Amino acid sequence: MNFIPHTDKERREMCKAIGVSSIDELFKDITPDLKAKSFELPNGKSEFEVMRFFKGLANKNNVSLTSFLGAGFYDHYIPSAVESLSSKPEFYTAYTPYQPECSQGWLQSIFEFQTAICELTSLDVANASLYDGGTALYEAAMMAIRITGRKKIIVDSGVNLLYRSMLYTYTTNLEIEFKETPVVHGQSSRKDISSVIDKDTAAIILQNPNFFGAIDDHSDIVKKAHELGVLVIQSVYPVALGLIKPPGEMDVDIATGEGQSLGLNLNFGGPYLGFMAAKKQYMRKMPGRIVGETVDKQNKRGFVLTLQTREQHIRREKATSNICSNEALCALRAVIYLSLLGKHGFKELALLNHKKAEFAKGLFDKIKGVEVKKNSPTFNEFTLMLPKRADEIVCKLIEKGFICGFPLGRFYKGLDNYLLVSVTEKRSKEEIAKLADTLEAAL
Amino acid sequence: MKLIFEKSIDSRTGFKLPECDVDIKFNLSEKYLRKSQAELPEVSELDVVRHFSELAKRNFSVDSNFYPLGSCTMKYNPKFTERVANFEGFTDLHGLLPQVLGASMLCQGALQVVYDVQKLLCEITGMKAFTTQPLAGAHGELTGAMLIAAYHKDKKHKRKYVIVPDSSHGTNPASAAIAGYEIITVPTDKTGCMDFEEFKSKLNENVAAVMLTCPNTLGIFNFRIKDICDEAHKVDALVYYDGANLNAILGKARPGDIGFDIVHINLHKTFATPHGGGGPGAGPVGVSEKLVGYLPIPRVVKRSDATYALSYNRSKSLGYMAAFFGNFSVILKTYAYIMMLGKDGLTEVSETAVLNANYLKEKLKKYFQLDYDRICMHEFVISAVSQLKNNIHAIDIAKYLIDKGIHPPTVYFPLIVKEAMMVEPTETESKQTLDEFIDVMVEIAELAEHNPQALKDAPVTTCVGRLDEAKAARDLNLRWQK
Repeated sequence: MNFIPHTDKERREMCKAIGVSSIDELFKDITPDLKAKSFELPNGKSEFEVMRFFKGLANKNNVSLTSFLGAGFYDHYIPSAVESLSSKPEFYTAYTPYQPECSQGWLQSIFEFQTAICELTSLDVANASLYDGGTALYEAAMMAIRITGRKKIIVDSGVNLLYRSMLYTYTTNLEIEFKETPVVHGQSSRKDISSVIDKDTAAIILQNPNFFGAIDDHSDIVKKAHELGVLVIQSVYPVALGLIKPPGEMDVDIATGEGQSLGLNLNFGGPYLGFMAAKKQYMRKMPGRIVGETVDKQNKRGFVLTLQTREQHIRREKATSNICSNEALCALRAVIYLSLLGKHGFKELALLNHKKAEFAKGLFDKIKGVEVKKNSPTFNEFTLMLPKRADEIVCKLIEKGFICGFPLGRFYKGLDNYLLVSVTEKRSKEEIAKLADTLEAAL
Repeated sequence: MKLIFEKSIDSRTGFKLPECDVDIKFNLSEKYLRKSQAELPEVSELDVVRHFSELAKRNFSVDSNFYPLGSCTMKYNPKFTERVANFEGFTDLHGLLPQVLGASMLCQGALQVVYDVQKLLCEITGMKAFTTQPLAGAHGELTGAMLIAAYHKDKKHKRKYVIVPDSSHGTNPASAAIAGYEIITVPTDKTGCMDFEEFKSKLNENVAAVMLTCPNTLGIFNFRIKDICDEAHKVDALVYYDGANLNAILGKARPGDIGFDIVHINLHKTFATPHGGGGPGAGPVGVSEKLVGYLPIPRVVKRSDATYALSYNRSKSLGYMAAFFGNFSVILKTYAYIMMLGKDGLTEVSETAVLNANYLKEKLKKYFQLDYDRICMHEFVISAVSQLKNNIHAIDIAKYLIDKGIHPPTVYFPLIVKEAMMVEPTETESKQTLDEFIDVMVEIAELAEHNPQALKDAPVTTCVGRLDEAKAARDLNLRWQK
């Protein structure tokens, strides 16, 4: 079967119509010296057997622990309608809307997604999605280089290490000068940024809340940057934007982020959703697909892919980016999620996350030997200093049914005793209290 | 149809949040808070459901329509793989777990998926090792370009150029360019292949690599492919295989055996995972022996006690290409698909994809110009140049197909064929579907002669008529505003 409908009779008829005696003849360009030397795969299996195998593999994973692990990727509740609507095959089994008249469903959804991202970030324009938060940040850096014609970039070390690593990997061969500035007392160091910023700087890359969970108002950094013609890129956690100051209100030029928290499963790391928004004047320098509004001959509103002359299928090596497939389905999930939560629900969600995290901070602060870092306000994630190595504590608490956070020593030298704890709306008061007790007992 | 934002009713809500069970005084300083509220829709759950259900109806999709979009391999996406990917044991796993001491034991099943798929892809392509990190085909190409750069840097070579044929996907030169290379484009010869002599004349010790699709975008398998690899290797240039067209050669040929050094595979094409309106895809990259050490970290390894873990200790690795293991659920569906079809099933996939393409090509070439008239692989390119005399362009044919419930082929690509229509039927389409498509195309050829206006007016059955794309680009309106 193999999802192939042909009968032997049909195969013969088709070969005859083509004028060959067998299918093998169609492969005659693959001469003997080019033929596969091996193709030793197992024989096919029935659906039932495949299902049993993967059920077995899924059961080898343990998802029953109570999780306080975030570090850029969060365990939020996903309303059932998100799965139900986004898995409609008319969305699921379509492709990039090259033919707008038979893809209006997709194009309008993306236009709505772009609008939602503009609203969250308080910026003018957004694209139709990028792969993930890390690639979006890299694309923003490249965009800043194109806009300014400069090749130096300042990166705050409060930006997720995984994103920084990707940025450096991708630009290895491009002669871009990166300067990392430290996080001091939980926040971006103004002093260090001032000492390295100059008229050769293309952009400063910041994150809010930063990797340690700290919230900042970067308005002063932005002001200083703009005086020198430097752009500011801010990587954001979208759920936090229900509450905290969005990039647009700090006059940030380009915002990017990881959209996983907007209705996407954790999925062991993907697929996720990169998003990007920018000020209007930079719209033509943006990478990726962009949907625009237009009309047909009867003046009826419709949507199309626009500004395609920036893209690789037309511009080839002169394109603004090499991106072709993006994460459209994830963007659809995000706009459905944001529509369900709505204007008020989204704000409520952010508040709920914040309050639960504040409650947790209060409890942890009472544990002897544990210090909650308080020099900066936080959203739903915060840093604890423990009297022992954090990775060993995490390991110990796994046996007690908790993933209690992310040991910061994994990403930052010298922070072996620090633990990053995230609290989403899914964590109840009881679970938080139980974690605090378990942690205390484990120390 | 209204936008979801235009359906907003003040104070309407669509979702119930858990009640706040903690008593906390809110004391964040004003300076950190947002001033303006994000204007998200205020709608009920049913409003949202009706809205997106209505939008869904306005799409063509593989489940509802024949979708012969060339180079995109729009085959049927079997339903069982969705069920596999939706097991909670996979969906609820955090990607950082294996980086945390003791937590890799919580995700052994998922690590095994990554490990096993890498092995399977090695056998399918004849490569030595794979990384699943790349998140799409073009991201795989960028990974490949980074590997090329890492190799030459390690060898202390100074290489400036990457060669691509003029028939290549646009992503090839774009990916090489953003990795820092300059592009040399080689023309296509009369046989539809990259001009071999021209290629040789461009090849020297400044060339880092040559990037090829085989079969190429004309659907032609280059019979000199081995010579190209050999010539490139003589100057220590690497050869990159763009696996976008892998659906043509499963079980028949393997890039690794032919001499390719780097391969990317578009899992969403060959291995039947849904394209989701433009993604997510996945673009794992495989390499030959000499490039294994440069692959991105972390690598998933199997330890002597049969458990799986991550390995970072690779001094030559180019670093992180993605935060985790690629688009994991796409990788998972690929595994399920390969397991169900097995060795013979996958071979049958390519045989039937090629049979279907040749059948269509033979039937259609009497009505539409075929620049390269020879046996094709999984796709072929016809042209509307014969219809130009009646002012009928490829786009007019595309729009009429929409009225007949068929998604148009890829039009105006590859750029080297005038009025191109690139047709890829895939193996999952029946002879009856192909015959219906042929009938419509014959009807179009006749209309072009006798009633071209009917084609110019199309589409008339869709929710909107032909849209003014020039206006969209001129009066840019990229978002709704209150």
